[in-house]
Amino acid sequence: MESHVTHRQRLWLYLLTVLVICFLVLPSLVVIPMSFSGANSLMFPPKTWSLRWYDNFVHSAQWLEATWVSIRVAFFTTLLATPIGTAAAYGLHVGRFVFAPVIYGMLIAALMVPVILIAVGAFFLFAQLDMINTIPALVLCDTLLAVPFVLVTVAAGFKGYDMNREQVARSLGAHRFKAFMTVTLPQIRASVMAGAFFAFIIAFDEVVIAIFMSGGEGATLTNLMFSSLRDQVDPTIAAISTLMIVLTTIPPLVVHILSLKRQRH
Amino acid sequence: MAISTTAPHLTGEAHYLTELEQDARRERRQLFALCTPGLLLTMLLLFLPIGWLFWFSFIDADGNPTFEHYSRIWTEGAYVQIFIITFQISILVTAICVLLGYPVAYCLSQLPPKWSGLLLIGILLPFWTSLLVRTYAWLVLLQRRGIVNDTLIDLGIVQQPLPLVHNMTGTIIGMVHIMIPFLVLPLYASMKSIDGTYLRAAANLGASPTRAFWEIYLPLSLPGLVAGLVLTFILCLGFYITPAVLGGGRVQMIAQRIEASVHLYPTWGPASALGVVLLLLTTLILLASHWLLGRWRRRLG
Repeated sequence: MESHVTHRQRLWLYLLTVLVICFLVLPSLVVIPMSFSGANSLMFPPKTWSLRWYDNFVHSAQWLEATWVSIRVAFFTTLLATPIGTAAAYGLHVGRFVFAPVIYGMLIAALMVPVILIAVGAFFLFAQLDMINTIPALVLCDTLLAVPFVLVTVAAGFKGYDMNREQVARSLGAHRFKAFMTVTLPQIRASVMAGAFFAFIIAFDEVVIAIFMSGGEGATLTNLMFSSLRDQVDPTIAAISTLMIVLTTIPPLVVHILSLKRQRH
Repeated sequence: MAISTTAPHLTGEAHYLTELEQDARRERRQLFALCTPGLLLTMLLLFLPIGWLFWFSFIDADGNPTFEHYSRIWTEGAYVQIFIITFQISILVTAICVLLGYPVAYCLSQLPPKWSGLLLIGILLPFWTSLLVRTYAWLVLLQRRGIVNDTLIDLGIVQQPLPLVHNMTGTIIGMVHIMIPFLVLPLYASMKSIDGTYLRAAANLGASPTRAFWEIYLPLSLPGLVAGLVLTFILCLGFYITPAVLGGGRVQMIAQRIEASVHLYPTWGPASALGVVLLLLTTLILLASHWLLGRWRRRLG
């Protein structure tokens, strides 16, 4: 292949790839300079610079309240989804059940169903239970969405792990749970942590369910951002967006770059 | 005598075996128990509400069985329009994603790992960025006096600012931006597993690189393309956030109609019927693609 097509002949391909990647990456970055704008408009690039939108954010009871709701929801979702997903991944990996594909399919079914339907369904359910606009209801819904990601990530971790090591620990007398915690878990730590991070981000970024299931003082950050985007755009969103970009992209970026470095060695 | 000495021995072994079997069964039960929290959650929050959705879609305000919610979808012009627009947008967005995404996935799969790893960040970065942040960014870029319009005017391409947002154009740009990674990632993964020797064989037999691509590479990459394409398309069908914000209320897709129905009507019938139709469409497309991919896999061995 390489010998037949020169890099020059492929120039258009490289050019198109770079253009598409610029299209994917650059637009989001526009919020960063926007957040330091001194003006109350969507003007880009900003004419004057200030920290007033960050100031606005940290002094607005409404935004802070919503941020706190989102952080709690994301935290408890991580706490719930990580063990549920990891346990299921372990059971499926070690159990090798005949009907494993069915169980797996059911566990990741939430990925195939449009989120709007999950939101409407959850709205029906939690309205009956009088749990609309409560943190537990949001946590349960977000856990449903997060478990498939934990399951897939941890299952990938198990593939690269030799289960015989756990067998050795057990044959030496360790209880299965203890063998898992002391021998297996440290080995698949990276994939469990990646799964937990996914769970946190999914819950923190979730919008559609939050629109149905939260409101008023219990509104999540994403719910508040969505209504603000739809009705009147408040530049405080630029400051919040910048903080969100930092929160959700820096950790995986560091991990990705580290893994690239490792490949090279 | 011989019988009486072997019999206890045999029963002992049988006993030992059943104990082993019981152990194995108990272990399987324990391992299955590990999957139950996740399964319970799925039952309670996914299957039960969706069953409910089906139920609501067939009863009227007084609880009597009815088909009115469904017949309305096919007879009322407004509903038909929503389905047409949803399909138009989904097809258009998927097509643009394929046109832009296929060359990118191909390029990434051909580059040495050092470069593809670096460029992959460009695909993953938007994946990790909140949907709302990206939608907000497009609102800023595409507005009347936004950077895109300013640049077009400065370059003399247009005289008047183009209406790029709060309409179909904005919706499609925003959706393409969000969907490209969903197309590229599965496609790239499948392209990585294409055996390069087929292409070298084609070249040795005298095929030009263009011909080798069209006759060997493209067919081999089709399963990955279909997987990414179907994922993109069904995500588009149920998409809510970006059309709601960048469409500015002028672009009505199924999901928005469902959201509006839940808040608009005292009964849940209309929203449920729309939801059921959306779910059936999604499931049918998934099943069809699954069947198609299975056939290809068998044919390609």
